[in-house]
Amino acid sequence: MIKMWKEFSKGLWKELPPFRLVLGLCPVLAVTKTADGGLGMGLAVVFVLTLSNLLVSLVRKIVPPKVRIACYIVIAASLVVAVELLMQAFAYTLYQKLGIFVSLIVVNCIILGRAEAFASKNPPHLSVADGLGMGLGFTLSLTFLGALREIFGYGTLFGVPVMGTSFKPFSFMIEAPGAFVCLGMLLGAMNYFTNLQRRRKGLAPRGNPAHECGSCGLCQGGK
Amino acid sequence: MQEYLLLVLAAIFVNNIVLAQYLGNCPFIGTSKSLGVAGGMGAAVVFVATLSTAITWAVQEFLLIPAGLEYLQTIAFILVIASLVQFVEMFLKRMLPPLYRSLGIFLPLITTNCAVLGIALIVQRNEYDFFKAVIFAFASGLGFALALVVLSGIRERLDLVRVPRSLKGTPIALVMAGLMSLAFFAFKGMIS
Repeated sequence: MIKMWKEFSKGLWKELPPFRLVLGLCPVLAVTKTADGGLGMGLAVVFVLTLSNLLVSLVRKIVPPKVRIACYIVIAASLVVAVELLMQAFAYTLYQKLGIFVSLIVVNCIILGRAEAFASKNPPHLSVADGLGMGLGFTLSLTFLGALREIFGYGTLFGVPVMGTSFKPFSFMIEAPGAFVCLGMLLGAMNYFTNLQRRRKGLAPRGNPAHECGSCGLCQGGK
Repeated sequence: MQEYLLLVLAAIFVNNIVLAQYLGNCPFIGTSKSLGVAGGMGAAVVFVATLSTAITWAVQEFLLIPAGLEYLQTIAFILVIASLVQFVEMFLKRMLPPLYRSLGIFLPLITTNCAVLGIALIVQRNEYDFFKAVIFAFASGLGFALALVVLSGIRERLDLVRVPRSLKGTPIALVMAGLMSLAFFAFKGMIS
């Protein structure tokens, strides 16, 4: 039980997906024009990530190592098709808002990265905890970034006006350039706070987490 | 002729796949540390995106639509791309070893590059015919390569200047990408 909690909670702060492990950036930038877009995308990812971790973990001893990546992709793709159909049935406006990014969950490095780095080596209950924690961390980050951009870009939060009548929307925030700059500044702020904490504890400041393209762990695995 | 020229220019500059459509950001940030690596990754994406769009277009037109299985689009496309990448890797290794040495290490990364799957899906959404689809995919790939090479040039210069410690590495690269995106934003008025 304690171990499950540990795997769950690491996704919420210590290894917060888009900020600590810089993975799966495309949806982070694309759907966070508004807070509810971020929340919807995040929940879709929670669903796919938790179930794909569970399934990958269940078949981890049966699948031969050579075809495992292909197998993970098939599992993720089937779950994404399920999400697409569910969203078309129950949340059609959200589905239209997110556009092709629902289909693109399948190539989100978080899904394949967690399958390769965690679920293929751990038993099902820990994998589900890991998937839930990482997914919730992803959702929180997306909602936070979406809220930030929505408040300054539209003057609303979840569609409710919050900035008063004299507020002039800062439309830079809701366009593509604003997305990149916002995410960069948030990453910078995370690094700053990490080092502030370390300084309080009397430790030497650490270098920023490097982001290599292979940081989803897929590539060393493929060799 | 003019129609195709506009399609190409729009795909490279106005609707740039990375800077305006937010696709392929992980390799965009991850492989832009040096100019050589960025060039290799860009070339690999142009090559795979063009080929995979041609094949997925045919799969959609001759397989999925006649069988009434359009809802399986995502799974069919990703399988086509994954097997195509494997096939290209084996082909290059056997037939063109020099090209394999320069592009080979990027090929496994391309399966999970959302630009490739994204281009194939955008082509379907816009309902292009085959010829237009291939031209669009090629131009979008070029747009990706252009953005990647320019960013890597900027990042090589950034290594030489003083950057606040918290912003070193990925954060400043993202801010630079934002400024580049702002510059590309100016092309919006050019082609309506």
